[in-house]
Amino acid sequence: MTDILETGTAIGRPIRRKEDAKLLHGRTNWTDNIQLPGTVHMGLVRSPMAHARIAKVDLSAALAMPGVVGAYDAASLGDMNANVLCVWPVTDDTVMPPFPALTGDKVRHVGDVVAVVLATSATLAEDAIAAVEVEYEPLPAVVNMVDAVSPGSALVHDAAANNTSYVYNLGGGYDEATATADVVVKRRFVNQRIIAGYMEPRAVVAAPMGMSDEITVWSATQIPHVLRVVLSLSTGIPEQNLRIVAPDVGGGFGGKLQMYREEILALQLARKLGRPVKWNETRSEDMVASHHGRDQIQDLELAATKDGKLLGMKVDLLANMGAYLQIITPGTPLLGMFMFPAIYKMDAYQFRCTGVFTNTTPTDAIRGAGRPEATFAIERMMDELAAELGVDPMELRVKNWIQHHEFPFTTVAGLTYDTGNYEAATARALELFGMEELRAEQKARRDSGDPVQLGIGISTFTEMCGLAPSRTLGALKYAAGGWEHCTIRLLPTGKVELVTGTSPHGQGHETAWSQIASSILGIPIEDIDVIHSDTGRAPYGMDTYGSRSLAVGGQAIKKAADRVIENARPIAAHQLECAASDLEFRDGAFSVKGDPDKSVTLGALAWAAFSAHNLPDGIEPMIEGAATVDPEDFSYPHGTHLAAMEVDTETGKVRVRKYVCVDDVGNQVNPMIVEGQVHGGVAMGIGQALYEGVEYDADGNLLTASLADYLIPSAADLPSFITDRTVTPSTTHSLGTKGVGEAGAIASTPAIINGIVDALRPMGVTDVLMPASPQNVWRAIQAAKGASA
Amino acid sequence: MQHISVMVDGTRYDSDVEPRTLLVHWLRNDLGKVGTVVGCDTSNCGACTVLLDGRSVKSCSVLAVQADGCEVTTIQGLATGDDWHPVQTAFKECHGLQCGYCTPGMVMSAVDLLSENPSPTEDEIRDGLHGNLCRCTGYHNIVKSVQYAADLMGGSK
Repeated sequence: MTDILETGTAIGRPIRRKEDAKLLHGRTNWTDNIQLPGTVHMGLVRSPMAHARIAKVDLSAALAMPGVVGAYDAASLGDMNANVLCVWPVTDDTVMPPFPALTGDKVRHVGDVVAVVLATSATLAEDAIAAVEVEYEPLPAVVNMVDAVSPGSALVHDAAANNTSYVYNLGGGYDEATATADVVVKRRFVNQRIIAGYMEPRAVVAAPMGMSDEITVWSATQIPHVLRVVLSLSTGIPEQNLRIVAPDVGGGFGGKLQMYREEILALQLARKLGRPVKWNETRSEDMVASHHGRDQIQDLELAATKDGKLLGMKVDLLANMGAYLQIITPGTPLLGMFMFPAIYKMDAYQFRCTGVFTNTTPTDAIRGAGRPEATFAIERMMDELAAELGVDPMELRVKNWIQHHEFPFTTVAGLTYDTGNYEAATARALELFGMEELRAEQKARRDSGDPVQLGIGISTFTEMCGLAPSRTLGALKYAAGGWEHCTIRLLPTGKVELVTGTSPHGQGHETAWSQIASSILGIPIEDIDVIHSDTGRAPYGMDTYGSRSLAVGGQAIKKAADRVIENARPIAAHQLECAASDLEFRDGAFSVKGDPDKSVTLGALAWAAFSAHNLPDGIEPMIEGAATVDPEDFSYPHGTHLAAMEVDTETGKVRVRKYVCVDDVGNQVNPMIVEGQVHGGVAMGIGQALYEGVEYDADGNLLTASLADYLIPSAADLPSFITDRTVTPSTTHSLGTKGVGEAGAIASTPAIINGIVDALRPMGVTDVLMPASPQNVWRAIQAAKGASA
Repeated sequence: MQHISVMVDGTRYDSDVEPRTLLVHWLRNDLGKVGTVVGCDTSNCGACTVLLDGRSVKSCSVLAVQADGCEVTTIQGLATGDDWHPVQTAFKECHGLQCGYCTPGMVMSAVDLLSENPSPTEDEIRDGLHGNLCRCTGYHNIVKSVQYAADLMGGSK
């Protein structure tokens, strides 16, 4: 294990962020701020229908408008109409229909793109969109997943029988292992569709760069490096001619982990017209055009002995793919596949997932990507089982979870968790929560028949993150690897350029990465410049998603920094006239062991390596260290989240009275940033539990088509959170860190719903549909009353 | 086209605008005040909030012509040069921002809130900022930032 967390000066401290000065003064470079001379604005003609044959596209009126410089449909764009690529065919026979940037034969969801117009201003492009005439022949819309896989359903794609993209199986032996079970709890949960909800809408600018063959694409994306590869593969543009820049990016949450058709179109049309093409979406456009997430129907069984020992779990999912497969659409539910057994010991686990096409916006990864769905399922099921057995839900968890002395532990799903201490996190959470007092209040309210009931929700979660060991990804048929790169260069003046392959969009990498490098190199944080998110300046990387940036990228920083020191060592030995092995490095300087007055700083060596007047034989000028690290394993953060929920049984309105979470993300580079990530994640998970949900009508019309209809929680809708961390360092990651970006969003949703159900269980309620709006809660109460009447 | 004359961040701008031009588009496209951003098209997110004669408005919901003769302050005019307004200082100190996209609007709303109520309670802060959406922070540290700014500005809780 590394000892830098003990010796480092900058690591582990809540250092205020470098990023903030420009963000707080409005000196920002969002993609929509980029205004190049000669820019034409792109507008997309989107389908108002969920499913229809395209009978005719007439571009002539649009082309005749002043200021319109081009208009194309699939036919006229011809072989430049490249495909959006899916890089994760999860089985050998996954049905992957083509997903052209402009659809030619049919439209398959509201917002599908039929034609593109280009005009000299954004408003003229808007007018031109309205002038394109499209004749549609409506087809039956496939909206509901259960109907979609039923015999006789209309088909979204002719090639996908039963609207099925794939069926994936894992594990088995459930029936045998549970033959002697005393209790089997069966539930169907709906994990509803949500949006990423980043505050910056997507935007793209593509521009041919003067006399060279280079085309630069600025995009509000999380994945500039991955995007460069897939755009090249899709369009045939030589990869070396593509430069992708993610300038300041205003949030992602998985929604910008994508190759979008708008990126293909802007690139191709910039090439075709030889001038910059710009597209920035409206928020309402984003609601139909950017991928959605979650959207599973989960049929679950959990079997146990009468003493509460878990025997096995069976999971059968319908996972909504939407109308097309985006970059990792089929794999997203499978990121949750290993997590249904979570922290619990059991004998058998059987998983099946059916990927279902529907006439809806494609789904893909959103914060947690498969793991929130799995965690919701198991944590809700543990509460249901506890109720069935008549035991305290925390006791049931304690009885079945992996104890801290049992790590490393290989779960029934086949993952090996390196470390964890569920007892410690839970003990701290219970202390902060005041469980006994709240249970007493709950009893008092029940006894007095208070219309406002109190419920306690528990979520003792873990997740797999830090995506990911490349071999594992390969075994799962994901096309790329999961490594991360860092190059650290000493500049002649002693300053440092740290080039990372991660691509931050709010996570504070510039600050945290500087802290890691500063701790190792002994160079002040302010002298370290972090370069990222531009394939021209930071050519190697796998970008930011899956809570991977620190867990994987951090290891690359450490290794690169260690190499800087090793590469500087022979120059130091030469200057100090000693053997390299006689040197020790501390606080930014080499000194001779036993003779600390004989020393030279890294900054001085940087100048010596630059001037190169007096280098030892065979040593090349300049000092840098580069490292590409493939992680040994996923990282497995965990934690205990507790929610006290007030539920008005007369109106269905709920309130988060108290929310406590104690997370264990291993060593923390910057606890302030860690805590911020937890806050935001918890809020997003509460959003899914209480407020958010994408809804379609039976014809596939999007009912939640703007932020007026889709409720992202405001400050007034959320409480303050009581947070703390326990620290159980990862043993498979060289900094001892684990991921944190998704943890809150994974953990909080079941805590909230468990709390609501706990409040209402005496009334006979065993589930509440999400979002648990007053209407949905009231309906659950009425249904339970009806059932008992 | 209609002529307008507006003081923006301390500088007077005279401009001919189409009557339908939104204030936010005039600020961004004509004046280059790109610190003020657009996050939605239904006046829900508040990212475009600026001060109009000292009071916060969503600049997507105001026509440029309505600002004629007025004084507009954007995030870029809140403090000049290397100076920091106490609200900006507080947001940095309390980690009240992550991606920073909602931040210009959030800060301007907080400035207005504190000018009306120098020592707000947590509930008053949450209520006062309910027109500004943030997806990153869960608002926890935004609330703390406003409380800290109130302290810096001499309000007491």
